[in-house]
Amino acid sequence: MRTPPVNASSVLAATPNAATPAPATPNAATPAPATANRAGSHRLSQLDVLESEAIHIIREVVAEFERPVLLFSGGKDSVVVLHLAAKAFWPGRVPFPLLHVDTGHNFPEVIAFRDETVERLGLRLEVARVQDYIDDGRLHERADGTRNPLQTLPLLDAIAAGRHDAVFGGARRDEDKARAKERILSLRDEFGQWDPRNQRPELWNLYNGRHTVGQHVRAFPISNWTELNVWRYIEREQIALPPLYYAHDREVYRRDGMWRATGPVSEPRTSETVETRTVRYRTVGDMSCTGAVESDAASVDAVVREVALSTITERGATRADDRISEAAMEDRKKDGYF
Amino acid sequence: MTQALTDSQALTDSQALTDSQALTDQAGGTLFRFATAGSVDDGKSTLVGRLLHDSKAVLADQLDAVTRTSTERGFGGTEGGIDFALLTDGLRAEREQGITIDVAYRYFATNRRSFILADCPGHVQYTRNMVTGATTADAVIMLIDARKGVLEQTRRHLSVVRLLRVPHIIVAVNKIDLLGYDEAAYTEIADAVRAVTAELGLGEVHVIPVSALAGDNVVDASPRTPWYTGPSLLELLETLPVVDEVESALEAFRLPVQLVLRPQGAVAVPAADAPAFRDYRAYAGQVTSGTVRVGDAVTVLPGGAGTVVTGIDFAGTALTEAFAPQSIALRLRDDLDIARGAVIGAAGTLPDPTKELTAALFWLDPRPLTPGDRTLVKFGANTVQAIVTAVTGRLNLDTLEQETAASLDINDIGHVTVRLAAALPIETFASSRRSGAFLVIHPQDGATLAAGIATATGVPA
Repeated sequence: MRTPPVNASSVLAATPNAATPAPATPNAATPAPATANRAGSHRLSQLDVLESEAIHIIREVVAEFERPVLLFSGGKDSVVVLHLAAKAFWPGRVPFPLLHVDTGHNFPEVIAFRDETVERLGLRLEVARVQDYIDDGRLHERADGTRNPLQTLPLLDAIAAGRHDAVFGGARRDEDKARAKERILSLRDEFGQWDPRNQRPELWNLYNGRHTVGQHVRAFPISNWTELNVWRYIEREQIALPPLYYAHDREVYRRDGMWRATGPVSEPRTSETVETRTVRYRTVGDMSCTGAVESDAASVDAVVREVALSTITERGATRADDRISEAAMEDRKKDGYF
Repeated sequence: MTQALTDSQALTDSQALTDSQALTDQAGGTLFRFATAGSVDDGKSTLVGRLLHDSKAVLADQLDAVTRTSTERGFGGTEGGIDFALLTDGLRAEREQGITIDVAYRYFATNRRSFILADCPGHVQYTRNMVTGATTADAVIMLIDARKGVLEQTRRHLSVVRLLRVPHIIVAVNKIDLLGYDEAAYTEIADAVRAVTAELGLGEVHVIPVSALAGDNVVDASPRTPWYTGPSLLELLETLPVVDEVESALEAFRLPVQLVLRPQGAVAVPAADAPAFRDYRAYAGQVTSGTVRVGDAVTVLPGGAGTVVTGIDFAGTALTEAFAPQSIALRLRDDLDIARGAVIGAAGTLPDPTKELTAALFWLDPRPLTPGDRTLVKFGANTVQAIVTAVTGRLNLDTLEQETAASLDINDIGHVTVRLAAALPIETFASSRRSGAFLVIHPQDGATLAAGIATATGVPA
C-alpha cells in the first residue's frame, strides 16, 4: 500500500533527511502515520484530508496570483501554513516571501524563532513595524497599551508597497464567530476592508481569485482546522515551535482573569502580585494583551491532551483584546485586520 | 454557567477529565462535512446550537457569553435561558436583527468523527447559501416544522439538493414535542416526505423525529419517542459514508494539473542531494476522483497523449498509490507539454474536450443573465472565456417543471447553452460531481455569478 514516510519534519527540519524521488527508506524513529489507509479502503484521516485541502489552496493561489506573501508571526498557525507550503512545493523552495507585522511588543523567543526559521529555509522576510508608525505620528499608542488593533495600517501599507495581490494567513474559522463566516479566499478592497454581507459564494473546491487593480485576496488554507487539528498535526509532523508554547516557569501576575508575563510592555500595577508559575501560551501575539495559561504540558503530546480536554477556547483564554466586545474581531476584520 | 471560568479552573476541571470523547484519539477519525437547511422559524439555529452543546463542542467561555446575552435579552426558554441561536449568529447585524445572514462554519468532534458544519441561513439569499453549503457537503439536514408538515418550500429545498447530488439527505421533523410526541402525526409527515422524495427521484432519505429545543433524538435516542427505532441525528452523522471514499472507488482517476513542479536550481533539499533533483519534473494537483498507482497508463488532455505514471510524490514521501482527495505530484515517463489546466486521467477514460455545453446554472448574482452575455468559466484549473448562447428554460420551483425564460434572475435555476473559447474536458455532472461542476465569473469585476453543472456536452442535437 503506502510507503512509510520519511521523517515528515524533514520538510522544515534543520537537517532534512535525504529524501529522493525514489521510494523512501522507512525511518524507525518516525511513528507510523495516523493516515495509513486500510487495505482495500480509500479512507484518509481527518488530518490527511485537511492537509491535502490546504496544499490544494496554497498551490491554487501560487498558480493564479502574481505576488503572494505569507503573514508569518512565528505563531503556531503561521508555522503550520509555512510547513504546508514547504510540502506543497517540495522539492522546490517555498515560492513566496514572508511578512511579519511587528507590534514591537514581541516575546523575544518568538522573534528568535522567526528569524531562525527564515534563515533555515532561505526565505525572504518583510517586516512592517508598528513602532515606526508610532514614532512618526501616523499611529498613536492606545490608552490600554495593546497594539493588536494598530497592526492594520502597517499591514495594508506593506501589502501595497510589496504589491502583494494575495496574502496567506493562518486564521481558522473555529477561532471566533466572525471568522466562522470568513471565506477561504476573501476579497479585500483597496482599504483592506472585509464586507461580510457581500462575500463571494465558495462552491465545490473551485476558488475564485479574480480581483481588480487595488484589490487583494486573503487566503486562509487552514480555515477548516481546529486548534486540536493544528496540535495533532504539529505532533505528527514534528514541527518545531517557539518554546513558550510548552510549559515553563515564568514571572507572571493576574489581570483580567489571565496570567500576564512581566516585561517592558507589560509591567504589573502596584496592586498586582508577581509570582513564578508554570505556564504555557496557547496563542502568541502582542505581549501586552496575550495571556498565559497555567499548564504542566511540557511536550507536544501533553499539549495535545491538554487542548483536547480544555473547556475554554484559545482566544477566550488568552486574548484580552477579544474580550472587549462580542464583535471585537468582526470590527477589526472590517477595518482590514486579518 | 454564569460564573466566569478562569483558565486554571478550566484546565484542572475534574468534570472535563471525565469526558471520554476528549481523550479519544481523534487523529485517526474521519472528517464528515454536512450542511443544514430549512425555512424561517423551523428551529435550525436551535438544532445546530443543540448539536454543538450536547456534543460538548461549545466551550465554557462561549457558553458563558451566550448565557449572558440571553439573560440580557430576557430569553425565556429552557436550559437556564440559553438562546442556542446566539451560538451560531456570528455577526453583529445577525445578533441585532435576530437573523442569520451568511453561511457559518462550525467544528465539532465525537469519538468517531470530526464534523464541519455549514450552517446555511434559510431566508436571505436562500439559494446562494444553500448551494454554497451543499456543494461541499457529504450530507444535508433539512428541517421541517412538525406543526406545518411538508411545505412547498420543502419541495424546493429538496429539489436543489437533488440537482446538486448531495450524497445523503436527512429530514429532521422538528418540534415533535409540540405534537405531544404523537406517532401518528409524525408518520403522516414522514410519509409525505417520502412521497415528495419519490416524486423527485431521490434515493434513500433518512427521516428523524426531533425536538431541538428539548433535545429529543438529537444526540441520544429519546425515551419520549419509543415508537421511533432509528438512529439519533448524531448517530446517523457518525455512520454515513464519506462521499470521497465512495466516489474514489467508483469513478475513474482524474488529476487536474494545478502547476508543474520543476525546481531546477532552487531546491529545498540538502545540497548533497540537489543533483538528483536537477531534472525533477512533476505535475501537482489534487486527485478529484479515482485511484492512481505507479505503473498506471494515463492519458493527458489537451492533446490526448498517453504515458505511464513513474512516481507519485507527496512532499518527499513516495507513494505507490493515491486517491481522492489527496494533493500529490505525479511523475510521468514521457516529457510531454503539460501546463496548468491540463487533466491527467486513467487511460481511455477522459472525455473529448468540448467547446459546447448544455448546463444548469444556479444564478447567484443580482444582475440578471441574458443570452449573449460574455462571462468566464472556471473549471478545475482552467479559466476560459465563454458566451451564454441561449437561456432555454427555468425550473419552476413550485411545480418543479421547466418553464420558458428569456433571462435568469438571482436565485433562479436555469438551463442554458454555453460556448467556450477553448475546449475543456467537462463531463456531465450526473456522471461525476467533481468533473461536471464549474463557476461562472463576471469578466470585469470577478464576481462569482453562478454555480454551473453540465447536463450534456458537445453540440446539442
